[in-house]
Amino acid sequence: MADTSAARVSIYEAASANRWRTILLVVLFTALVAVLGYFVGEYFAPGGGLAALPIAFAVSTGGALTSYFAGDKLILAQSQARELGPSDEPQLRNIVESLAIGLGIPAPKIYVIEDSAPNAFATGRDPRHASIAVTRGLLDKLDRTELEGVIAHELSHVGNRDIRVMVLVTVLVGTVALLADWMWRSFFWTQGGRRDRDRGGGGAIIAVIAIALAVLTPIIATLIQLAVSRQREYLADASGALLTRYPPGLASALRKIAADKEPLEVANKATASLYIANPLKDAPAFFDHLFDTHPPIEERIKRLEAMD
Amino acid sequence: MEIVVVLVILGAIALFFIATYNRLITLRQRVKEAWADIDVQLKRRHDLIPNLVETVKGYATHESSVFQKVTEARAAAVSAGASATPAERAQAENMLTSALRSVFAVAENYPQLQAVQEFKDLSENLTATEDKIAFARRFYNGNVRDYNTSLQTFPTNVFAGMFGFKPEEYFELADATERETPQVKF
Repeated sequence: MADTSAARVSIYEAASANRWRTILLVVLFTALVAVLGYFVGEYFAPGGGLAALPIAFAVSTGGALTSYFAGDKLILAQSQARELGPSDEPQLRNIVESLAIGLGIPAPKIYVIEDSAPNAFATGRDPRHASIAVTRGLLDKLDRTELEGVIAHELSHVGNRDIRVMVLVTVLVGTVALLADWMWRSFFWTQGGRRDRDRGGGGAIIAVIAIALAVLTPIIATLIQLAVSRQREYLADASGALLTRYPPGLASALRKIAADKEPLEVANKATASLYIANPLKDAPAFFDHLFDTHPPIEERIKRLEAMD
Repeated sequence: MEIVVVLVILGAIALFFIATYNRLITLRQRVKEAWADIDVQLKRRHDLIPNLVETVKGYATHESSVFQKVTEARAAAVSAGASATPAERAQAENMLTSALRSVFAVAENYPQLQAVQEFKDLSENLTATEDKIAFARRFYNGNVRDYNTSLQTFPTNVFAGMFGFKPEEYFELADATERETPQVKF
């Protein structure tokens, strides 16, 4: 494989890898919810674990279908993004349309988030159903080449089919967190009544495992999310830079975004990994880099500057 | 036993041929799709030019030779769009680009024209379209390069001709540096 076309080829490779990743993700999610459901059923009614499985499957199937077909709309609505009219922001529209042509994908719908923190994300289930959202702060603070760099990065996510994986991850991980949270509460409230009953040692073990799972599941889910997220950012940086033929544009944009200390109000833990740079500026120091959704911005800038 | 071995080898060879053939078809299809993108943008540019000429004419009445040149160049580019090869088409489009430049150079001399909203919109639209042509061309040339590369590498080159696969032409406008891509290191 000629090294000049390495990044081009990797767009197609990334797209097919992402197809497998999507399947793997849904399978993992289903398994996770099923295991969780089994132990919860077992805890509330010994021997009832198997009866809980259909419910667990219904929940995971519903979650997967919802996020596949409506995940992008959920995410855009939650981020309070407003779709641009045909004659709003002509410069942004031109940039998006031109770069989409350069990537050979249909121009995505464009949304603006009225927030002064500069950031952007792309979402959707495939290039034909894709949307790209930028904040007002991004439009105000970046010049044209920087904006082109950011848009090219986001369009690369669309072209690489990253967006489907990211939507699934965001909504499914959100569901797991919600379920675990809900279970944690019900364990807490039923604890007192349960202790009086005479139960075998097996029941106690099951209870311990159930609680452990309820604690572990959101952590596992988060780790899945992170594992598929970091390498993706480097690849989108590289293929974005290849698209604009001007790596310094994106590098300078990332520098400006990193220098901006203002957190993005509408972002939360579930949607943070969608953005071009971490929108939550208050990452806990204790977990350090293990729980980062994005690679360190200095490393990304360094890699962009190494391209010529 | 030997028959089985022979059959397995023949089967493997057949599979290799099918896979290579399908890959070449996919790559060639991508080239065609990319060419359609260029076509759309070039047509858009052709559609914008008559309006531009009319608008500028209203102010610059003494420059008829410039208008005639751009109108002729446009007609040539439109007719090249019907059937010509990428190279012939690029030549016609290059003529049109330089004719357009002279229209804008003429327009520079008429300050009232610069203030007309319609002229501003038209020149903005033309600039945006030129941008899109540039990107469409880049995408097309990238696809041609991928297709031609796999066509010319061993062992595909040995039998690609037998199936009627021919290298595609690049679409070159003013400069030839497009095919060079920046080095990307991971």
